[in-house]
Amino acid sequence: MRHLLDTKTLSRDDALQILDVAEDMADTQRREVKKLPTLRGKTVVNLFFEDSTRTRISFEAAAKRLSADVINFSAKGSSVSKGESLQDTAQTLQAMAADAVVIRHGASGAPRTLATSGWISAGVVNAGDGTHEHPTQALLDAFTMRKRRYGADSRGRDLEGFRVTIVGDILHSRVARSNVWLLHTLGAEITLVAPPTLIPQDVTAWPARVGYDLDEAIADAPDALMMLRIQLERMNASYFPTEREYSRCWGLDPERFAALPQSTMVMHPGPMNRGLEICAEAADSPRSTVLDQVTNGVSVRMAALYLLLAGERPTPVDDENTAKKEDAR
Amino acid sequence: MTESLLFRGASIEGGAPADILVEDGRIAEVGSGLSRAGARVVDAQGLIALPGLVDLHTHLREPGYEASETVLTGSRAAATGGYTAVFAMPNTSPVADTAGVVEQELALGEAAGLVTVQPIGAVTVGQKGERLAEIGAMAASRAGVRVFSDDGFCVWDPLIMRRALEYVKAFDGVIAQHAQDPRLTEGAQMNEGTVSAELGLAGWPAMAEESIIARDVLLAEHVGSRLHVCHLSTAGSVDLIRWAKKRGVAVTAEVTPHHLLLTEDLVRGYDARFKVNPPLRRDEDVQAVREGLADGTIDIVATDHAPHPAEAKSCEWQAAANGMVGLESALRVVHTAMVQTGMLGWADVARVMSHTPAQIGRLAGHGRPIAVGEPAELTFYDAAAGGVFARDDLRGRSVNSPYLGRELPGSVRWTVHAGRITVADGALNEEVPA
Repeated sequence: MRHLLDTKTLSRDDALQILDVAEDMADTQRREVKKLPTLRGKTVVNLFFEDSTRTRISFEAAAKRLSADVINFSAKGSSVSKGESLQDTAQTLQAMAADAVVIRHGASGAPRTLATSGWISAGVVNAGDGTHEHPTQALLDAFTMRKRRYGADSRGRDLEGFRVTIVGDILHSRVARSNVWLLHTLGAEITLVAPPTLIPQDVTAWPARVGYDLDEAIADAPDALMMLRIQLERMNASYFPTEREYSRCWGLDPERFAALPQSTMVMHPGPMNRGLEICAEAADSPRSTVLDQVTNGVSVRMAALYLLLAGERPTPVDDENTAKKEDAR
Repeated sequence: MTESLLFRGASIEGGAPADILVEDGRIAEVGSGLSRAGARVVDAQGLIALPGLVDLHTHLREPGYEASETVLTGSRAAATGGYTAVFAMPNTSPVADTAGVVEQELALGEAAGLVTVQPIGAVTVGQKGERLAEIGAMAASRAGVRVFSDDGFCVWDPLIMRRALEYVKAFDGVIAQHAQDPRLTEGAQMNEGTVSAELGLAGWPAMAEESIIARDVLLAEHVGSRLHVCHLSTAGSVDLIRWAKKRGVAVTAEVTPHHLLLTEDLVRGYDARFKVNPPLRRDEDVQAVREGLADGTIDIVATDHAPHPAEAKSCEWQAAANGMVGLESALRVVHTAMVQTGMLGWADVARVMSHTPAQIGRLAGHGRPIAVGEPAELTFYDAAAGGVFARDDLRGRSVNSPYLGRELPGSVRWTVHAGRITVADGALNEEVPA
C-alpha cells in the first residue's frame, strides 16, 4: 500500500487485509508489553492543520506501539498560520526524511494533493480532509461492527448482510462518506437519515438509501445505528432552526433508544454532544460501541501504518518523486 | 509603408483556395495567380485563412497583477493563438472603472503592438456592485469603451443592473454579465452534483447561473437594452437564451473553449488546473453548449483567459485561484470540440470567433470578411497538424492551462495584425515595430 487516501478507491481485498492485520495488532495490545519493534527507525509525522486531539493521539499511540519515531506537527502553531504553503511544509518534512505523513486538513483533497504533487516521497495517510473522507475512521467502524458480530472469528469476513443506518450531518461529514464507500465495498446495506438540508444535493450515485425519518429508520431495526456529531454553527447557515428541533427530530433520545432492538449497536465517532444527537442512556449502554471504537482505532491505525511502512517500499530509482526530491535539495 | 505580403493558396474560411495580397495594412487583392514585385511570399497551401480572431473576454492582469500577465505577455499569447484583438476585462488593480485606467490599458496595448487591446470598463465603482462607474466618461475616452462588465463578480443588485442596462443605451453599449448568484455560491468550489457530493467540495449549482440569466433577459427586454452573457456554462442557460432570443430580447451569449470540451470529472484528482469559475460542468452541459453554439443560440466563443502564477495553483484545491489560460489553445479546442464533431464549419468558426465578437463589442477594423479593401487582420491555421499541447505552446507569463499533456489538433501558423506578421510559421514575430 503506497498511500491511504480514501475508501472510495479501496478494494475489498485491501480493506480486508487492513482489518485482518488490525486483528493481529489488537491481539498484541492485550499483552503486558504492548510495544512492537516493527517500525523501529521509521519516522511518522502527524501533520495536523486542524485541531483533533483524539485522532492525533490515536495515530501517535499506533506509531509508538510499533516503535516508530513520531513528530507532531501542529500547523496551527507553526508557520502555516503565517502563510506557509502546503508545498513548503511538505518539502520541509521531506528534507527531514519523514517515512509517513499522517495529514489532517480542513480542505477536501489536501492529502491527495500532498501525495500526488511530487513534493514528498513519504506514504500519506488521510486523517480527515475537509468534508471529503476519513478512511481510518470508517475502517475502525467496520472493524468494530465485525468484531461485535463475529468476535474471535472475525478474520477474513466482510459485512455481507449488515444493515447500517447513519444519522446526522451527511453533507459535511467525511466520516459518513468514508463509511458509505467502505461499508458498501464490504457488502453492507446503508441508509442515511438526516434533515434534507444536510444531505448533498445529488446522492444518486451513492450506494445508499436516503430517508428523513429517524423513527422509521429505527423501526427497520438496523444492525448498527451510527449517530454523527452535529456542529452547532450549522444553525447559523439555516440548515436547521434550533438545536432543540434538531434533537427532537433527529436525535437518539431515550424514547427512540428504547424502541431500538437489543441487537442494534449504537455507534458514534466522537466527540459526542450528549443530549443533542445522542442521549446519555444510549451513549453509556452496553449496546454502545463508542469506547470500543476508540480502542479499535489504535489497532486499525497500527495496521495502516504497518502496511504502509513495513512492506515493500518503492526503491529510490522507481520512485516517481525522486527527481523532484533531488531538485528540492 | 509596411512590407507587402502575399499568402498563396490558403482556403478562405474553409472554402476555395485563393491568394491574398496584403498592402499598407489592408487586403489589396484576393484571387488566384497573384503576384507583386517585392512582396514577401508565404506558401499557405493547405492552410485555412480566417479573419483575425477576436476575444471578447481576456484577463491581461496589468496594471496590478503583473506576476500573472502583462499586456505585452498577454498580447504574445493572443497572437500565438491566432488573435488580432482582445477585449481586456477591468478586474485589474486599480480596477478599470475610470477613463484614465482604460486609456492606460489602451496605451499599453498599442505599445505592445501585437494585437488590438480594447479595454472593457467596470459597471460599478471598484466592481463592488454598489454604484455605477463613470461609464459615459469611459465611453467618450480615447479607449471608446462599449463593453462594460464587473466580470469576476455578478452585478447582483437588480436595480443597479437595470440602471446599467438603461444607461449604456446612450452610446450603444452592452453590459457583459458574469451570471452568478453570490449567496447561492458562497464558498463554492465546483459544480454541484454527484461529483461534488463525492469529493466533499462545496457546490456551485447550475441554477445560480440560470436564475441571474433569467432575471437579466427580462430586465433587458423591459428596458430595451443590450445584454451579453459571459461564459455561459449550463444546459439550462442555453434553454433560457434560446427562449429570450425567440422573444426578441437583444441578448448575446458566449461560451468558453473549456466549457465546450472539459467536464467536472476532471476535478476528481483535485488538480487545481481544472478549477475555474464558472466551474466545469456535466457531460450533458457540454453537449448542450455545443448544440447551442451550433444552432446560434450561443453567439460566440470567448476564452476567459485567466493567468495565475504557479503558487496560486500548486496548492490544495480550496486555496487555489479560479481560472485557466486559454488564448493559445482556443482555436485548437474549438477545432476538436466543434469542427471535428461536424457541428461547425470553418466559416462558422470565423463567425463565432471573429465576426460576431467584434460586432458585439462594436470594434471597428476587426471581424471583417476576407475581401479586398478590408483591414489586414488574418489568421492562417493548419487543420491537418496537431500534437500534445505542451508548455512550449504557451507564450504568456502563466502556464495554468488545463490542456497541458492533452492531444489537440491543429496549429496556428501565421497571424497578421494591421498588415504586419505577428506569428510567422508558428513562431512569434518579436520584430514587430510598435
